[in-house]
Amino acid sequence: MNGKPLVSIVSAGLSKFGKHEGLYAREIFALALKEALDRCPKLEPKRHIKAVFVGHMGESYEHQGHMGSTAADWGGLIGIPATRTEAACASSGVALRSGIYAVLSGLADVVLVGGVEKMTHRTTAEVTEYLAMASDYPFEQFHGVTFPGLFAMMATAHMNAYGTTEEQMARVAVKNHRHALLNPKAHMQKELTVETVLASKLVSWPLKIYDCSLITDGASCIILTKPDLASKFTDTPVHIVGSGQASDTIGLYERQSLTSLNSARLAAKIAYEMADIRPENVDVAEVHDCFTFAEIMAYEDLGFCKVGEGGKLVEKNETALGGRIPVNTSGGLKAKGHPVGATGVAQAYEIFLQLTGQAEQRQVKGAHVGLTHNVGGSGATAVVHIYRSD
Amino acid sequence: MSTTSAFTIEQFYRFLEQRKLMAGKCLTCGKIHLPPRPLCDSCYGQIFEWVELSGKGKLLTYTIIHVAPSQFQTMAPYTVGIVQLEKGLKLLGLISDVPLEQLKVGMDLTIDFVACRLDKTWPQWQRYCFKAV
Ligand SMILES: [Zn+2]
Repeated sequence: MNGKPLVSIVSAGLSKFGKHEGLYAREIFALALKEALDRCPKLEPKRHIKAVFVGHMGESYEHQGHMGSTAADWGGLIGIPATRTEAACASSGVALRSGIYAVLSGLADVVLVGGVEKMTHRTTAEVTEYLAMASDYPFEQFHGVTFPGLFAMMATAHMNAYGTTEEQMARVAVKNHRHALLNPKAHMQKELTVETVLASKLVSWPLKIYDCSLITDGASCIILTKPDLASKFTDTPVHIVGSGQASDTIGLYERQSLTSLNSARLAAKIAYEMADIRPENVDVAEVHDCFTFAEIMAYEDLGFCKVGEGGKLVEKNETALGGRIPVNTSGGLKAKGHPVGATGVAQAYEIFLQLTGQAEQRQVKGAHVGLTHNVGGSGATAVVHIYRSD
Repeated sequence: MSTTSAFTIEQFYRFLEQRKLMAGKCLTCGKIHLPPRPLCDSCYGQIFEWVELSGKGKLLTYTIIHVAPSQFQTMAPYTVGIVQLEKGLKLLGLISDVPLEQLKVGMDLTIDFVACRLDKTWPQWQRYCFKAV
């Protein structure tokens, strides 16, 4: 592909992330869609949009499945093919990938991709149980392991292999919370200190409550088109130049490595090669910090640093705004929030803002190449996309 | 060659009731599967034999779960780990009766069979856990 655009993003929308009391997922999705439509007045949704893919993880939250058509219905788009994609926390990363398949197949030249989850009306115990459904049932859930538990086991293994510390993990939380202060759509607007994170309540040792992403309501969407049609809708498209998706064993216990996600490494390799871009060329990245440790592992899997040096990278502030490679300028899953099904496309939304110079106070100056890294479950799915502006 | 019982997850748990930790060996390519599976993911063979494992292994990694799913809340905090068994096989399980200060990656563990019965919405399978040698 040699860095040629696969598809172009012509618009993007994001609901406020946080608690949307009294709103259903479909209504939150409509808020995100409205922003994307307002941002792109040349697009006539009923005439131009030929397909919709919506990431949504759980029927359990609202006793509502069939989110593809539900979102199309409440988005004023009935008639067009509407598909829900599910890959746990990578549900909308996979929706984006599916949208690329649709455009490249020639079956749909303008595609809406997005994601949504409504979670905050459920208790923590219920959410813990629903999220655990993304892990192996007979050999993980049955034995009482939780989602934080799976990532905690990877963290323990990494601490043991490379000397990564709880303090380095805490620094990821501090950084992402600081970034979120600059993002009015972030769920949590609260500065943290390393001491606060370290002293917070244990969830699954070594992970504490402030090492965990948030239970959030939210929706995201972007509009994709063929690169040669992009100028019809906008003067400032963002091109997707690399797309990688990979899978791994559903059970963490069967993996070759407990300190790295092979699915993420594979997806990154495919995306980098397709984009003809190297890790050091990335100006800004949104990575899957479902837990602070996961961001440290992402640095290594994406080649932002050497294996085992992820903890040092955050310690040296290289991934903070103003650093060598700012990561999670939006606040990440950690502080912007993690409405599971919405997360993958919410990452693409942030990169769209960054590469079109619309990220306001958190703008990375001169950002030209962006990357998103979206992980499903404990890594049985990973999706990596690489973006470039003209 | 044993074809009297299917190489399924259900059968794996039935063997545990007999205090046996059993893996399935593919007779076409030799790969050993834990848990057993009815289709070899390496060669797509469907003929297997049962291999009994010792249940002894080393702790690869662990976590101490404080926020538990509802079925496990009365047990929290509890320890879960991944254990490296023989023949390159691994298994996740509860780690019982090991004081926190003695938990250590690399420690020797052995399987134990426990009569713990949980909420009826969960399968009433035989449970296993790992304990110090
Ligand atoms: Zn075989």
